Amino acid sequence: MDGSHIATPPLVEVDDLTVRFVTREATVHAVNGVSFAIRPGETLCILGESGSGKSVTLRALMRLLPPDRTRITGTMKVDGRDVLAMDRRALGAYRGGLASMIFQEPMTALDPVYTINQQISETIIRHNGGTKAQARARALELFELVKIPSPERRLDAYPHELSGGLRQRAMIAMALSCGPRLLLADEPTTALDATVQIQVLILLRRLQKDLGMATIFVTHDLGVAAEIADRVAVMYAGRIVEEGPVAEVLGNPQHPYTQGLLASTVHGQPRDQDIQAIPGSPPDLRRLPSGCAFGPRCSQAMLACRTIVPEPRHPAPGRMARCLRVQA
Amino acid sequence: MDHPTLTHADDADPRDRGGTAQPLLIARDLRKHFQVKGGPATLFGAGRAAVRAVDGVSFTLFKGETLGIVGESGCGKSTLARLLLHLIVPDAGELIFDGDTVAAPDGITVRALRQQVQMVFQDSYSSLNPRMPVQDSVAFGPYVQGRSQAEARDIARDILVKVGLNPALFGPRYPHELSGGQKQRVNIARALAINPRMVILDEAVSALDKSIEAQVLNLLRQLKRSFNLTYVFISHDLNVVQYISDRVLVMYLGHVVELGPVDAIFDRPLHPYTTALLGSRPSMDPAHRIDEPPLTGDPPSPINPPSGCRFRTRCLHAEPICAATVPVLGAWLDRESHVAACHIQTPGSGHSQAAAQGSA
Repeated sequence: MDGSHIATPPLVEVDDLTVRFVTREATVHAVNGVSFAIRPGETLCILGESGSGKSVTLRALMRLLPPDRTRITGTMKVDGRDVLAMDRRALGAYRGGLASMIFQEPMTALDPVYTINQQISETIIRHNGGTKAQARARALELFELVKIPSPERRLDAYPHELSGGLRQRAMIAMALSCGPRLLLADEPTTALDATVQIQVLILLRRLQKDLGMATIFVTHDLGVAAEIADRVAVMYAGRIVEEGPVAEVLGNPQHPYTQGLLASTVHGQPRDQDIQAIPGSPPDLRRLPSGCAFGPRCSQAMLACRTIVPEPRHPAPGRMARCLRVQA
Repeated sequence: MDHPTLTHADDADPRDRGGTAQPLLIARDLRKHFQVKGGPATLFGAGRAAVRAVDGVSFTLFKGETLGIVGESGCGKSTLARLLLHLIVPDAGELIFDGDTVAAPDGITVRALRQQVQMVFQDSYSSLNPRMPVQDSVAFGPYVQGRSQAEARDIARDILVKVGLNPALFGPRYPHELSGGQKQRVNIARALAINPRMVILDEAVSALDKSIEAQVLNLLRQLKRSFNLTYVFISHDLNVVQYISDRVLVMYLGHVVELGPVDAIFDRPLHPYTTALLGSRPSMDPAHRIDEPPLTGDPPSPINPPSGCRFRTRCLHAEPICAATVPVLGAWLDRESHVAACHIQTPGSGHSQAAAQGSA
């Protein structure tokens, strides 16, 4: 996908991933042909609004989607291993070992009836073996790594006894406990207060650099992407419509949707003028429009946009946009 | 009581009793404490702790302005919004609406207040009746206030047009058949259907996607002009507050820490908390990332808050005086006043960075 850097082989390769949710009434086309690659140590931000398929992509990579209602096609490889081919045993080693995930709501992701130490130790012993005392020592190390004040006392706390920011740090500590090479983060700072969000973002950025993990960070917030991403993939209606280095995508967006998203995000616009909102609302994923899914809301749409699904075009090395207006 | 058209604002509002100089709403020393069982210092019923959600809040809301209220979770901004409508009855303090004291023998009743003040909530789904077509939800307010069913329905259809929804298409739908942005437009229509003078927007755009949020913000600005409204806009999103507000009130743990015109607050914040809050906003520019968080730790619990200045436990400039005495907000005179509750800003307070008495 990105021909200019071929120094290190990618850790994650996703090719033509599609995810459909099938029920008796309808089929929801949640992800429609997503491809990307991430090298070790790189942070990819998947940026999109609700229903764009960003969280579904992440959950597919972790195989967390309900198997009886989900149809997944395409290939997903992490460290050369085929995620879709893994059996239960292999998945158990993969989740929390090679790849781990942090969620938006730490209160629902942590078990309320066990202390934080019990939960982290369980993960460590499950993957690496060892005694409870060794696991506790490792958990304490992790708590110091994520900068939880008075870590000894906090280890024996139950999730409800911690504040929102500390709970999120505890979840990050748990995700890092077995030294994953891939960290998946699904809006991990969205539920936090502004002054706490920036602390967690800076922490994640530093940990990612120090530990050399590849990270996929899902967010709807352009500001968060600007703080943490190396590269950005913008999703709309289950497709990546634009991808590239963060400064270039945010500074010089090529796809009309990315342009609209930037213009409609409030950040210091003059108060006496309307914000340039994108008209209309995202398409129904049960009945996707033919052609470009953004076409019905796009001010620059042409006749061809109604019939042709735009293929990826590369206006510059390392950049991709799916729009017929973009010159390759 | 016809609805004003969208094209011209009602300059001389017949409902205006106090005149243009009279603030629409004055809040004086509002207080609400919630009793909780237990709490850190009072385990096993040895006493009762209280969440001091709103602890002596005073401010003035001028006619026709938008007052933004910002603060983190637990600062009391939503409790304050509910106190203004008497959805929660204050423990102490006074509310004066256009010159009349609310719920006082010689003032206006809560019912009369609610005919002039309406509210839009964050969760657009749970604030609509799921078993009622949205047009009926909008018509319900005017109907309860004595209109006939036919009149109420006409008002509802009229107002749905003004919030950008075609009543023939959307009126008969149920809330679950609408998107988040459409539901929030219905909630705005429901609030405006009884022709209020003031609307409290409690995180009204926070749950919406950015492209939809922009549409609703534009709509709110347009409706404010055409219906001659006064807004109280509560949000945790500083960028949105900066865009929509004329004045801003910053809250921390139940106290007002700073109050002033929007440009003054955003360009020259006086309180260290406001400075930190502004510095915590993501930069939007990958070339200028924030390297050091302005604050460490989370806001403390509003149960048994710190003594003196409540921000002192996270403040870089805290001194012994900050633990000993509660800083006062100072007096504000008009729309241009910019005041902060910080000892540094109070001459002669005893803080080493404060000006000497009389020199400021």
